[in-house]
Amino acid sequence: MKFICLGYFDEVKWNALPESEQTKLMEECFAYDDELRRGKHFLGGEALGSAANAVTLRIKSGDVDVLDGPFTETKEVLGGILFLEAKDLNHAISLMAKHPGVKMGPFEIRCADETINQQILARNNKFNN
Amino acid sequence: MPQADPHNQHLAQLYQEQSAKVLATLVRLLGDFDLAEEAMHEAFSVALQAWKENGVPANPTAWLISTGRFKAIDNLRRKKRIAKLEPDIQQLITDLEEHNKHVNQQEIEDDQLRMIFTCCHPAINIQVQIPLTLREVCGLTTEEIASAYLVTPATMAQRIVRGKNKIKRTNIPFVIPQAADLPDRIDAVLSVIYLIFNEGYAASSGNLLCKVNLSNEAIRLCRLVLSLLPDSEVMGLLALMLLHESRREARVDEQGNIVLLAEQNRALWRPDLIAEGVALVQQALATQNIGTYTIQAAIASIHAQSTTSTDWQQIIELYDLLMKVDPSPVVELNRAVAVAMRSGPQAGLEIIEGISAQGKLNHYHKLHSTQGELLARIGDLPAAIKAFEMALSLVKQIPEKRYLQQKLTQHKKTINDKI
Repeated sequence: MKFICLGYFDEVKWNALPESEQTKLMEECFAYDDELRRGKHFLGGEALGSAANAVTLRIKSGDVDVLDGPFTETKEVLGGILFLEAKDLNHAISLMAKHPGVKMGPFEIRCADETINQQILARNNKFNN
Repeated sequence: MPQADPHNQHLAQLYQEQSAKVLATLVRLLGDFDLAEEAMHEAFSVALQAWKENGVPANPTAWLISTGRFKAIDNLRRKKRIAKLEPDIQQLITDLEEHNKHVNQQEIEDDQLRMIFTCCHPAINIQVQIPLTLREVCGLTTEEIASAYLVTPATMAQRIVRGKNKIKRTNIPFVIPQAADLPDRIDAVLSVIYLIFNEGYAASSGNLLCKVNLSNEAIRLCRLVLSLLPDSEVMGLLALMLLHESRREARVDEQGNIVLLAEQNRALWRPDLIAEGVALVQQALATQNIGTYTIQAAIASIHAQSTTSTDWQQIIELYDLLMKVDPSPVVELNRAVAVAMRSGPQAGLEIIEGISAQGKLNHYHKLHSTQGELLARIGDLPAAIKAFEMALSLVKQIPEKRYLQQKLTQHKKTINDKI
């Protein structure tokens, strides 16, 4: 099964860390990502730019309305996304529980919606042919 | 794994059959569920490649355990390099290397038994024992268990994590219990199996009366326990479940309504399951070590074998024995039905009034529906209607609700027709 792990963290706290500490923590995360790669669990990931540069888009009375900042105004913001392959939800939990990123903030684990993914794949194939 | 490749398909099948065994032995060797699960996954991933090139080895279980162990050693070494972990890791690596000669069949079987006793440990909540057993012993996924119990995967995952944390925190040992504790611990395992079976046989709420999977899993699990531990009560429980299962097709009609035992079409009963169940009952009775499951199975075997008339006297005697071994108001209620069948509804009603007076089963719908049935038989329809209405207010299952509503409509119509 494919899972999407959303890693949250506190940007203010993170920015307050000395650079050496930041590098060390990132190296730990990368090393564990390699562990996941070895077990063929790591399908990919994306790091997110600062939430301070986020814009949130919605439609208000038919017009585009843009607010600066992330969708939710919480201390912990989405920092990165990891795509994970695991046998089931408990397997995904045990894999992510060991990820050093969890020390920086919580992970939200969601299973992929394979029904919609199939539809997207079909559209892709149709588009490319 | 892609389905089209026959090699992958074969491996997927091996995974289904072997993963629980491999996991059990790795848990014993590593002393950690998560480490063991990871090592097992890696072993299967290595097998995917190696077996494609060299063919499947003669003993795939031993091969997977051995590979899993090597992988675990690698993982532990790497983790030691990545982060400073506890000093006992080095000891574990040394122990593993020593063990790393070969595992024999007996050890693999004992490990499966250890796994069952660990998952069904009395220190773990029963709500957690069940999914833990289904996942770690039967090899079901969290999502499959969740759908069988009509809860979200997140809820089920939480229970399983709680169970594993409990095992870790309280140091629940990965062992087969000592002889003195064995009967109690077997009881705990059997009650987990029976709860799984009952959930599959009659969902506790909702519209599905039969969920084939959980009942089959329970029977499979009980067969496994019996093969590892030939105890008379394990035989008794397996017999009881097989005898219930033999009537699965007959207990609901095409509309999904309940059909009571007396009205069931016996052509729909499964003679193969009955024969196996009856043989197991006899085997269990012959041990002279007769417990609650064996007695219940003996009662079920009389029902299963009675084609024209039922020997109610023998059934009452078995209920008397059950009241001595495992007394409960539910057993007393079932005995009341048997007495009513032998000596008439009035005799049954008197026993039920006695149970009711003790106030023990007043929230149990079957007490009221049985009372209603017997009251209807002596012709007291207004009292019968009252009892059926009480039962209806307590019942959760939709097929049972429908059955009670039918009874109510029928009796109300009879009264109206008379007026």
